[in-house]
Amino acid sequence: MSNELLIQAALLLPLAIFVGIYLTGRAQNIREAVTLTGSAALFAVIVAITCRVANGDTPALMLWEAAPGLSFAFKVEPLGAMFAIVASGLWMVNSFYSIGYMRGNKEQHQTRFYMCFALAIFGAMGVALAGNLFTLFVFYEVLTLSTYPLVAHKGDENARRGARIYLMTLLGTSIGFFLVGVILTSAVAGNLDFVPGGLLSSVEGLSPVIASVLLLLFVFGVGKAALMPFHFWLPNAMVAPTPVSALLHAVAVVKAGVFTILKISIYIFGADVLAETGSREFLLGVACFTIVVSSLIALTKDNLKARLAYSTISQLAYITCGAMLADPAGIMGGSLQIAAHAVGKITLFMCAGAIYVATGVQNVSDMRGLGRRMPIIFIAFFIASLSIIGVPPLAGGWAKYQLLQGAADSGMDYVTIVLIVSSLLNIAYLLPIPILALMPPPGSPEPAPFKREGGAPMLTVAAPAFTAVLCFLLFFAVGPLAEFLSPVIGETSAQLHLTGDA
Amino acid sequence: MIDSIHELVPATWAVHAPALLVVIPMLMAPIAALMPAGRIGWMISNFGVFCALVMAIVLVVAVRDSELGYISYHMGGWQPPYGIEFRIDALNSMVLLLVSGVGLLASIFGWSSVKSEINNAKISLFYSAYLVCFTGLCGVAATGDAFNLFVFLEISSIATYVLVALGAGRDRRALPAAINYVLMGTIGASFFVVGVGFLYAATGTLNMADLAARLPDLADNTVVMAGYAFIFVGLGIKAAMFPLHQWLPNAYTYSPSFVTMFLAATATKVAIYALIRFLFTVFGIDFTFEGLSLLWVLMPMGLAAMVACSFQAIFQTDVRRMLAYSSVAQVGYILLGVSIGTAAGVSSGLLHLVNHAVIKGALFMAVAGVLLVHSGARLSDFRGLGRRAPLTMTAFAIAGLSLIGVPLTAGFQSKYALVTALLQNGWWWAAVVVVFTSFLAVIYVGRILEAVFFQAPIGPDTEKKRLPVLVGVPLWAMALTSSWIGVDGGFVIGLANDAAASLFTGDAQ
Repeated sequence: MSNELLIQAALLLPLAIFVGIYLTGRAQNIREAVTLTGSAALFAVIVAITCRVANGDTPALMLWEAAPGLSFAFKVEPLGAMFAIVASGLWMVNSFYSIGYMRGNKEQHQTRFYMCFALAIFGAMGVALAGNLFTLFVFYEVLTLSTYPLVAHKGDENARRGARIYLMTLLGTSIGFFLVGVILTSAVAGNLDFVPGGLLSSVEGLSPVIASVLLLLFVFGVGKAALMPFHFWLPNAMVAPTPVSALLHAVAVVKAGVFTILKISIYIFGADVLAETGSREFLLGVACFTIVVSSLIALTKDNLKARLAYSTISQLAYITCGAMLADPAGIMGGSLQIAAHAVGKITLFMCAGAIYVATGVQNVSDMRGLGRRMPIIFIAFFIASLSIIGVPPLAGGWAKYQLLQGAADSGMDYVTIVLIVSSLLNIAYLLPIPILALMPPPGSPEPAPFKREGGAPMLTVAAPAFTAVLCFLLFFAVGPLAEFLSPVIGETSAQLHLTGDA
Repeated sequence: MIDSIHELVPATWAVHAPALLVVIPMLMAPIAALMPAGRIGWMISNFGVFCALVMAIVLVVAVRDSELGYISYHMGGWQPPYGIEFRIDALNSMVLLLVSGVGLLASIFGWSSVKSEINNAKISLFYSAYLVCFTGLCGVAATGDAFNLFVFLEISSIATYVLVALGAGRDRRALPAAINYVLMGTIGASFFVVGVGFLYAATGTLNMADLAARLPDLADNTVVMAGYAFIFVGLGIKAAMFPLHQWLPNAYTYSPSFVTMFLAATATKVAIYALIRFLFTVFGIDFTFEGLSLLWVLMPMGLAAMVACSFQAIFQTDVRRMLAYSSVAQVGYILLGVSIGTAAGVSSGLLHLVNHAVIKGALFMAVAGVLLVHSGARLSDFRGLGRRAPLTMTAFAIAGLSLIGVPLTAGFQSKYALVTALLQNGWWWAAVVVVFTSFLAVIYVGRILEAVFFQAPIGPDTEKKRLPVLVGVPLWAMALTSSWIGVDGGFVIGLANDAAASLFTGDAQ
């Protein structure tokens, strides 16, 4: 298949699945089959694209111009390919999980649910493969709008309130700041293409004030990256059914946000311009603040999903922090964190959902001793927690290591301290959950009995177990991954550390 | 597509397209008035406007293919500058296409809307008045003669006063609104004709091309300057240029839905066209922008309209009034683009002129649909309509987002072009104001959309009522047009660029 055809397939498949789900909505089993085969086909297409990228090819597709200088164009580079792999691969896993969860919980409007999911993946693919800032922005908004019905899924007062905050914050920041940044960029640089080495680096006489303002507009405008003070939509989005929180609010939506920030840092600013941009250090400080403060808030949350949401905010800020270090190791760390955190956090959310389906328990304090009844779930939770904390031999370890390296390389000592403190805080709010569930202190009360007969549905246990195994595998696959990403970052010491040829 | 339509029209007709465009609807008007049943009046009105649309398409193609860049049509075979000349170039062919396109959709849409709001006995007369108004607007856009322009302006205005006053059947406040409009409109027309008189006194000609050739020699003449001031203020009133816009909100709020929709999309646009025609073609760019530094009049008034009227829109409780204030603000965007005085700037203003006509047309049609099927047009009446009228409100939302300027909508295209033109010219502070007023648009459009989609209806949840097909189809045609321009704006941007270029080619006119 030609490169153009592959990109078209990657974009059209989710839409075809969207239509297919609508048409087969009456027959549940066929509808589920459409989702599963479709997601598998999408994953295969993305893998094919990734193989070409790995061989040094850059698949590209130009559709048409909406206005002079604003074109719908796609160009795949390693970082985008990785994000596409993560999103489409985990969509496949998550689809199995969704089926178990939605049926086990007897949720309403399941057809609409799966349709919006397919549309959200369409948005995520567009963001991942976009060849210029305009295309990326458009798909970013597709992602926002398509996930709104998912957040409001329950339809009660609380869900609608959460969904409203979700929509208003994401639309407000993106139109108020991000879009302004896009227009300003086009006015300064004359076009919006993603250029290796940075679009702005080729602009002569770029005023440092404008560069600083642009960076602020982008980093705060990408609300999906959940940098404080625009983080509050994420805890509010937790009213959604757990598969939504798992895939969208740990992987597709939030990762689309931080991916956008990385992409802008690398392909719009470029490391050299970014390093000289005045507002960068301020934003680095904001990211560090977010890392520590949201970890502290997570400590105070008893509701498991709320705790995980604040943990996500903190972990996302790592990636922003990596981008703002403007240092090869930092960017590599941020990129690895996208994959590592995705795998880890989706496991945690899927565990939380399985616990909810089986027992109806949502609060951490009610989970003592529950591990005896659901051992696989809590062992998976334990492994994923360790990965998030950054303990080798789990995926998160490499990301944190690279970030520490980046902080040291760029001489930002306080970032090193923040990262270490944050890891300690991660231990404090994540590890007690599986440990107390698996090994309750003597004399603690018996946990609540299963609400659903037979406990969690098989699919909701298998999916997190699978992703927990992925956390292991990713640790060992980091060498090829770093090599794959290295064209993004250029020849650096960072990649040498990981590929082991030093 | 427009080429194939062009080929369908016989060449002998195509030659007379400038005249036919105006004459057909004019002849249809008395015929419609004589019809006993409103239904036949409606059909005649559709026929007349449809013919005009075909002629407008013919003209767009003909102008594009012409060597000179314009078509000159001599009324009755009298040679200009003595006879009346219709001169069609890229600018007015675009405006004619806009007016007749919107006019056709409006006319189709009238079927249900007019029947429910106008006394049955008056429907034929209503369509007759509509055709007269349409004729006048097309005439203003087509003519190349300054006094003839005044005549057409008055034809359309007088018909408009009648149309606005017919809203009294629904709301008696339409009468004071119409009187207010008559007074302001007449003052505007009088100023304009006085100005034209001054120019005639100074130059001895009324043909615009002839005026343009003679005025540069008289640049220091006080009479010309006075004429310039009169014409500027006169057309400014017609175009609802801030702060001469006071007639507009009431006229839009209380006239029949059909009239509001048609006026919002066309009347002010045609007046802006006339203003641009006089500023750029008749007086010339040098005179306008350097001699009289009009830049420092147009630009601040544009900015003031954008800020002040956007704020006023936020505080309205009647949706139609809110949209009316928004219209004045949008006129500000257009004038801001024009005031840049570069081809890119004028092009962005013209682009917004077209886009805003489509957007506001769709919005007012959706409001009319609500009035027709559901309750009133206060903001509180819109609560929960998202559930009860999903199709209407989706179209409303598309147009509303376009008004804000969300990407993939028409509004984004014109704001993007405007901001780019401003930044190219180094007016970054004006670009900041554009962004700021877009924020205000988010607030006032957001207030409506929030009520529609997020608030529970106050009254009991009555059963879903169907929107009449003849409202739904034009409404969606408008909404989809605005999306089409947003997704693939090549055609409209091309029209606007050509139109702007035709103003800058100097001696073409």
